[in-house]
Amino acid sequence: MSGHSPHEAHGLRAWPYNLKDENGADYVAPAYVPPNGFLRWIEARLPIIGLTHSAAISYPTPRNLNYWWTFGGILSFMLVVQIITGIVLVMHYTPHADMAFNSVESIMRDVNYGWLLRYLHANGASMFFVAVYIHIFRGMYYGSYKAPREILWILGVIIYLLMMATGFLGYTLPWGQMSFWGATVITNFFSAIPIVGESIVTWLWGGYGVGNPTLQRFFSLHYLLPFVIAGVVVLHIWALHVVGQNNPAGIEPKTVKDTVPFTPYATVKDLFFMSAFCIVFAWFAFYIPNYLGHPDNYIPANPGVTPSHIVPEWYYLPFYAILRSIPNKLLGVCALFGSIVLLAFLPWLDTSKVKSAAYRPLYRQFFWIFVATCLVLGWLGAMPPEGGYVIASRILTAWYFIHLLVVLPLLGIFETPKPLPNSISEAVLKKKGIVAALVVAVGLGAMLGTSRPVSAQEHEAPKPPAVNWSFAGPFGRYDQAQLQRGFKVYREVCQNCHGLSMVAFRNLSEKGGPEFTPEQVEAIAAEYKVQAAPDDKGDVNDRPARPADRFPSPFPNEQAARAANGGAYPPDMSVLAKARGYERGFPQFVFDIFTQYQEAGPDYIVAVLNGYKDPPKDFKLPSPTSHYNEYFPGHAIGMPKPLSDGQVEYTDGTPTTVEQYSHDVTAFLMWAAEPHLNARKRLGFQVMIFLLVLSGLLYFTKKKVWHDIEKPREIASGQDPRATSM
Amino acid sequence: MSSDGHSRRDFLFIATGTVAAVGAASTLVPLISQMNPDASTIAAGAPIEVDLAPVAEGQAIKVFWRGKPIYINHRTKKEIDEAKNVDINSLPDPQTDAQRTKQGHEQWLVVIGICTHLGCVPLDHQGDYDGFFCPCHGSQYDSSGRIRRGPAPANLAIPPYEFVSDSKVKIG
Repeated sequence: MSGHSPHEAHGLRAWPYNLKDENGADYVAPAYVPPNGFLRWIEARLPIIGLTHSAAISYPTPRNLNYWWTFGGILSFMLVVQIITGIVLVMHYTPHADMAFNSVESIMRDVNYGWLLRYLHANGASMFFVAVYIHIFRGMYYGSYKAPREILWILGVIIYLLMMATGFLGYTLPWGQMSFWGATVITNFFSAIPIVGESIVTWLWGGYGVGNPTLQRFFSLHYLLPFVIAGVVVLHIWALHVVGQNNPAGIEPKTVKDTVPFTPYATVKDLFFMSAFCIVFAWFAFYIPNYLGHPDNYIPANPGVTPSHIVPEWYYLPFYAILRSIPNKLLGVCALFGSIVLLAFLPWLDTSKVKSAAYRPLYRQFFWIFVATCLVLGWLGAMPPEGGYVIASRILTAWYFIHLLVVLPLLGIFETPKPLPNSISEAVLKKKGIVAALVVAVGLGAMLGTSRPVSAQEHEAPKPPAVNWSFAGPFGRYDQAQLQRGFKVYREVCQNCHGLSMVAFRNLSEKGGPEFTPEQVEAIAAEYKVQAAPDDKGDVNDRPARPADRFPSPFPNEQAARAANGGAYPPDMSVLAKARGYERGFPQFVFDIFTQYQEAGPDYIVAVLNGYKDPPKDFKLPSPTSHYNEYFPGHAIGMPKPLSDGQVEYTDGTPTTVEQYSHDVTAFLMWAAEPHLNARKRLGFQVMIFLLVLSGLLYFTKKKVWHDIEKPREIASGQDPRATSM
Repeated sequence: MSSDGHSRRDFLFIATGTVAAVGAASTLVPLISQMNPDASTIAAGAPIEVDLAPVAEGQAIKVFWRGKPIYINHRTKKEIDEAKNVDINSLPDPQTDAQRTKQGHEQWLVVIGICTHLGCVPLDHQGDYDGFFCPCHGSQYDSSGRIRRGPAPANLAIPPYEFVSDSKVKIG
């Protein structure tokens, strides 16, 4: 193959540099001909339509591209989705350490469709990474980084690095516990640099720790970087259009018969798969929007308390595992960055002249081992850094580097590739794609799910029993009567110690909630006192609350709360149901994607409320003010058993038992944390139906468009008629 | 391919395009809707009550409702008479003083303190008409808040309000 490497033979001719037409002459793609005088006038001054035409319409694309090639288009789409939803979120977000968390919550509660925009943006980031990992592995499998596509590949690695930076910066912005501690850990990477490390970290922070200056600069950069990404994407696509697309056969198209025009062929295929991809996206955004997040990030940032187990977002987990597997700080950070930077050198590390793994029997096996290595490293990244996990991380980290630095160079020398076909039209491709797709899908699913923190303490606690919630599943809705009862329990019991500071009285009458009448809400609000505006003399007095006010907190500050509660701090309950959870374990967390299990928080709260027991004989409570609870991490909870049978009167005949109270108040708290759940699931159903219809239509459109290409009359003997699809 | 096949193909393409267009248009709904006032802003725009007892004759106070300055002017006898004795046909935006105040409470002028020209806040008790003077472009309003001179096209707007008692007004 190297003997007639195209750039040697043809110099720097733009793609399709080596393409011939039917008569053996150099192929020139049909140029744009302006259909009328006006467009001719424009074209003579700014040939933008012609540029678009040559780039996205007449551009010849190999006819044998499979669906793995649609992820480039999907990535562009996701970048646009992220930029649009991001710009919209910025209209409502406040980048200040004191206000960021609450402004995100007000987006979720008050802004029209705010919950939708935020969930799309948060899950969109994950979908972006799903797509980019598939795109990268596709490039590796088919050797897309090899000459003449080295710069194309390096630009891709740069985009990936920028994506990682952007994702990290964005995760800081909600200013929850994981935001804060993630930012602390990641910025501390730079403290590993000898001599100047500490100064660099202080410079990054703008202070002596992660704080408000850090948040503000991270916000600024999070807004900037996507546009830098867009710029590099333009270079990436430009480079692509100079050297042309690789293809599953890994041999360059020779005649125009090996190609099809980008539009309609590639366009419709991309659109179909994009639509199908959106089904997965919508599944996450509408039905399991917090699956990929951490409950801890619904706890406001607290510089004094580190969560028991810090885990980055799932898409960083393999690199996090590499970092942790090395016991030396500087070397660990070097290994982390090295593992990414090495990817840029793949074009030279892989010495084989054959591109596609379809013709490289040994490489193909090593490729799948490498994929598995990355996936398992991802899983290990979510596990606690102890015992066998560390050993496994070290072995796989070693293999990661061995694969890139030793296996790839040697394979090119020792492997005997299968004979290459003479042309794409002759290429016989076996249908291995489906199996591969399944492996990757299951693997990615496994990795997505492992981003949950596991702590040693939680290993001891039994799993909370699953409660049959009315709001679970795709058609789940809050039970209005239950929310009203739960509110009664909150009002008569919980609110003596726990605030509900993000919920407004008016919310109680909104659709999809307890749906009290506006009159009832006014009466409820009037029972509470809130601070009035200063009067003419400057005195600040209390006034009765109005529906527009939020629930006043029972204590003026944390110190007062602790003083009144034996040193314990009763947390605000506004987002408590989303800020709690428990480790689901393998393989349950994989099934949770499909069963839409999102009720770990409520299940845990019910379990704790019912979990008060006499301590076992060998258990010693750490202090006389703590209480034994079977489900509380560490078992010693500061809160005394809050509920007892008959404590709250129900007027609707519902049993007045602790069991019932705990279910009702937890349902109420779930509503307080996620007030638009009903609307979310309803809209989700509509979006799902729409996407299924659109995907179906696009599939048949694609079939029609490709009909003559996929079932040509003059089919070469031995060719798989479906070689052009997966 | 038969013409029958062509029409089937055309139908498929049109149907696909239509569904895609409907989807694209639908995604605009949340993107546009999010810029409207959010629920907390709407809730905060609920009516307010103002105690008028401390407002002396000849004094004007400024209160805020829905983020807008509302002037409550306790008018003097002279100001009321001036407002009533104008030939309304000579006004750019003809309105009687009675149309701009509540019967039995003529001493109170309640207007939105936003110049109808380009939105500046006029100064009270200024200008040639015992009313309001807008420092931005020189519009002058009389003691009934009616435009008398300058570029503003209309009288100062009256917010919805009612007297809960003689000394208490509910705005909104």
